[in-house]
Order: sequence, then C-alpha cells, then structure tokens
Amino acid sequence: MLRRFKIFALIYFAATWAGLCSAQDLRVPGSASAGAETTVSTTGSGKATFYLVGPGASRKSDVTLGEDIHLSAQDMQTAGRYLAILCADTCHSSAFYVSAGKPASLSFIVHPSRVPVALNDAVSGVAFPFDQYRNLVLTPVNVNFQLTAKDTSLFSRAVRTQNGIAWFRTTSGKSAGPVRITASLDDLTAQRALQQVASDPCNLRITGQRTKIGILVQTEPVHDCAGNVLPDGTIVTFTATGQDGKDTVDAPIKQGIARAQMDSAGATTISAASGVVMGNEIRVGAQP
Amino acid sequence: MKYAVPIILVAVTVGLMVLGLFVTTQAGVPVGVTKGSALHTAKATTPQQAIDNLLLDVQRRNWDRAFAAVSSSSGITEQAFIQDWTGSDGSLRSFSSLEGYESRPLHATNDEAQMRVHLNFSTPVGPLEDVRDIHFIREGDVWKAVWPKVQVASVPAEVIPVTFLRWDLVTGSAGDEWGARNIDAPHVRIISMNAVDSGSGAVVMGEVTNEDTVPAFVTVNATLVDGNGNPIDEESSFDKISHILLPKQVSPYRIDFPNLHLKNVKSVRMDEKATLVPASADPVIGVMNQRIETDPQGKSVLHGDLLNQGGQTVNIPHVIASFYDSNGKVVWVSDGYVDRALLPKSSQPFAVEIPKNLSSEVHSFHVVVNQYSLNKS
Repeated sequence: MLRRFKIFALIYFAATWAGLCSAQDLRVPGSASAGAETTVSTTGSGKATFYLVGPGASRKSDVTLGEDIHLSAQDMQTAGRYLAILCADTCHSSAFYVSAGKPASLSFIVHPSRVPVALNDAVSGVAFPFDQYRNLVLTPVNVNFQLTAKDTSLFSRAVRTQNGIAWFRTTSGKSAGPVRITASLDDLTAQRALQQVASDPCNLRITGQRTKIGILVQTEPVHDCAGNVLPDGTIVTFTATGQDGKDTVDAPIKQGIARAQMDSAGATTISAASGVVMGNEIRVGAQP
Repeated sequence: MKYAVPIILVAVTVGLMVLGLFVTTQAGVPVGVTKGSALHTAKATTPQQAIDNLLLDVQRRNWDRAFAAVSSSSGITEQAFIQDWTGSDGSLRSFSSLEGYESRPLHATNDEAQMRVHLNFSTPVGPLEDVRDIHFIREGDVWKAVWPKVQVASVPAEVIPVTFLRWDLVTGSAGDEWGARNIDAPHVRIISMNAVDSGSGAVVMGEVTNEDTVPAFVTVNATLVDGNGNPIDEESSFDKISHILLPKQVSPYRIDFPNLHLKNVKSVRMDEKATLVPASADPVIGVMNQRIETDPQGKSVLHGDLLNQGGQTVNIPHVIASFYDSNGKVVWVSDGYVDRALLPKSSQPFAVEIPKNLSSEVHSFHVVVNQYSLNKS
C-alpha cells in the first residue's frame, strides 16, 4: 500500500515540475465589466492555443506566449463566469468573473392589474435593473417606487436591490380609479398602471313602487364601504316573492343604480343581493 | 287429413285479421303504452292510428299529409302547424328533429279521445323530451287531432332604446414591453359545494360567483380523490353552469360523475378557471312566476316564465336552477333548455325537474338564465 502511494506521489510531482518548467502561464483580469474590453496576459515563449469559454461566447485562437491576449467587447457581453485556457505542451486554465455593467434599463412588473380599494398588502411590484446587454445588475442599487393617483402621492419608498431585485408590497388606496406606479433608478423610469376598483357593496338599499305594468324596483346609488360607486355592469339580483310565485331579475347597475320591472300583481316582498351581499327587504301592497 | 292442420291455421289467422280490423275495444283505443314504431295506415280508424299517422308524417316532414290528420275545427293554419314543429327565429326547435315518441290513452269515448304523447327530440344540446296531451275527435269514420292554436309571440314594431353595457377586450401585442400591459384574469370564487350520490352516479354541485368588476368566462372542474390520494376521475361542469358571469353574478354549477359512488371517494378537489372575455349586459331576462308544482305524472317540477326585457332575440334560452334545503345548502342543480326563441319584450314558459327523493327537502331555489344568441359569437 505504502509502495503504491510513493509511486503515485512521484508521478504527481514529476508532472507538476514538468508544467512549471515549460514556463507558460496566463493571468486573467481580477475584475471585468460586461461589454468592456480586457486582456489576458501570458508568460513564456513559443506558440500556444487560447480558448475562452463563457456563458454567452466561446472562442479559440492561436497566440504567442509572452504577449497579451486581447478580449474584445463582443466576447465579454454576457456577465458570468469565464474560463481562459492556454495550451502549449500542457494546458493551463484560469477562471474569472465578468459582472454586469451600469444599469441601462429597468424591468418592472406590478400585480395585480385591478384591485379592490382598501385591501391590505394587495399591491406588489418587482423591479429588475439590467445593463445595456440585458445582464441583471447584481450590485446593490436604490430603486424608488412611487404610487400616484390624480397627482396625489399614495406611497413612496426607496428600496435597495438584493441579488438584483427590488420589491415592495402595499395596501391599496381608498379611492377607485387609475393609479400610476413608477419605479425609478437614476435617470431610468418604468411606469405601470393599476386600476383600483370599488369593493363589495355596502348598505345595499332598494325602493319600489307599483306602476301600471307591475312593480318598478330600484336601488339607491350603490356604493362600497369607502364611498366608491360600484362600476356599471355589476349585477344586482332582485327577488320578488308573492302569491303567484317568485320573480327574479339579474339587473346590471347603470349609472350607479340597478332597476328592474317585476310583474307581480298581489302583495309582494322584494329583496336584493349583489354577489354575497344582501340588501334590505321591502313590501309592496297588492294592485288596487 | 294431411291438409287439415294448415287449413285450420290459415282460417284462424284470417279470422283473427278480420276481427282485428272490425272489432275494437269498447273505447275504440288500444290499452297500454305504444312506442313510435308503428306503420302508417291509410285511414286512421282509431285515435292510436291517428296519432301514429300524424307523428310518422311529422318525422318524415311530410307536412301536407300530417296536416291532413288535423281536424279543421282546430282553427290552425298549415303554416302555423309546421312552425309549431320546426320552430322559428333560430330557436332550439329549429335545430331539432323528432326522434321518437311514446303515447298512451288518457281517456276515450266513441267520439273523442285524449292521448298523452312523450315526444323525444334530438337536438344539438342532447335529447329533449316534450310531453303533450292531444285531443282527438272522430269525423265520420276517421279520427283527427284537434291541434291547439299556437301562441306566437307577436312583437310590435317599435324602437327600443338600448343603453346596454358592454366590455371589450384589448390585448397587448408581442412587441410590448414585458409587464407593461398585463391584465389579470377575473377573480371568481366557489361559494358553496356539495357532493351527493344520485341514481346515475356521484354529483358535485354548488355555486360560483364573479367577485371582480369585469366579466369572466368561468369553468368549474372537480377531481375525485381516493383514500391514497390518487385521482379517480376528473370532470367539468360543461353546460351545467352559466359560463359568462358578469360582475357579482352568481351561477349554480353541477358536475356529474357517471357510474361513480362517493363511498370510494376520500376528498374532492375543486378548481375554478376564469378568463377575461368581452361581454354584454343586455338583454336582461326576468324569471317570473317561479313555483314548484307537481305535474300530471307526479313529478316535482319548477315552472316559470322567462321574460325578455331587452330588445334582442335570445335564440336558445337555457335555465339553470339551484335548490336549497332549509339550511341554505345546495341540494340539487337542474337545468333545461327552452326550445322556443325568446323574442324582445316577450315571455316563454320553462320547466325543470326536481328528483323525487329531493322534492321534500327543497326549501327555496334560485334560477339563472344562460342565453345563446345567433348574432353573438
């Protein structure tokens, strides 16, 4: 066993010594930026073959040992780990990292696109800074998030990126309408729109009166609990129960009010509901 | 001697044939249920032959001969009679054909008879059954049907101002910046679910609502899972749901699992899917005079009238009803297509059946109307 180990150690040291004796070596840049030219220096003499393997490019070229190898901007566009290999009698390799350049664009996504008013932690946004070659900028930078509704600032916060990501989460505002959300980084800006919509109806109240052709029943202007008018098209279900049976009409809100015509002739009890919200109940007497 | 037996057999056969032609039962009608596979006879000397002749000609769309079997005292025109069978205005009846029938006498005298006919139509939405009581009278030695006058909804020429609400959908293009024009799917929620065993298998039903402020196209799927967590079967609500839900609208849904029973099921996984669609809030359809009654066959049936309060024709109205027990739990969901078009400002009756074993449990109900119009996609 000891004899085998001695043979293995002898071969290892011999190989290492032979590599050093050839005197070929390469020195990679300590830091490099995406899209910036750089050089790899070599030592020794004679001809060699140089290989560059990176996340976005690979290259092979014949070089002269002892001269610098020029890496063009095109070779270095993609950020990540690169491996430089120099082969003469033997091969030597060295790895180096290319980091993203200065932020040149900001990708910004906001969720959701519609949100009921006054909902806790309902709005979130994520921003990603990229350099001009679409490399994610991992160096921490400050991104400013701002929510504005009708020139009124609802929320403003500066967030430092972590691993290239900055994000926020906030409660939706109290007024229905469009909200502009801005993410800015230096002179870069990305804007998104968010629609704040009315929440469930609050105090759904109806009135009714008998007409020549039946009962005209309508809601008072339908609001949510924050006072926002429910959007047109929201369905209000009217139910009339009388001696003849039950009548139901799904009527859409138009200009804040839902109306329905019920044709019950006898004494009738009418109620209303919108989604899971119930309204009041009214009684209308029989047709005289 | 060797010819005696054949001669006797032939004589008896001929005798019976003659007897069959001239002798009828006391009421002049056959007793029992007759299915629609009879032969056309030249002369309807019994009410049964009259109904067979009439319906065979209707099946063959031989309208002149079919109308000849209708008594002139009916006061109906041939055009109206044909329209009664073929439908109009793009209704479901206009896409259907009479597949078969089953008739049985209700009562009969020497001069008049009442027959109940179960008509089976084949339609694009599946088989449809219609039950009619037809009155027959004897005119000379021929029985003829007294066809009731068809009440065709007459819509007066008028201008109906429609300020209807409509949602259009503008989608982004591939060239848009990432995240710039995303529109979320509508938010829908299942608000109730109940799983029961029915005669034909397991049924999952309940109600779903659109909680959003935009219209949604909704589909509800259910997966039955066994004790080991493995899916047994997956089905969707198919047409047992009002797919397009306007904001805050509620629809019943029913998902059928034929030939499966809940004893093998550990849990049910529900999955509602909603996509944003263009939609219109018009026409508004009122569901009037809803009442549960027992029909002549002893079945519990929810009857009512659909009233089109808008100015557009609804070609194929579809009624979906959810039935609740006294605790407000959905115990059954039924649906039915109306085979007549719902013209503007007019009404059409509908009926949906409640299973016999559940009729005593039903405390209240809710009806929604699905509408298919030919001029809409």
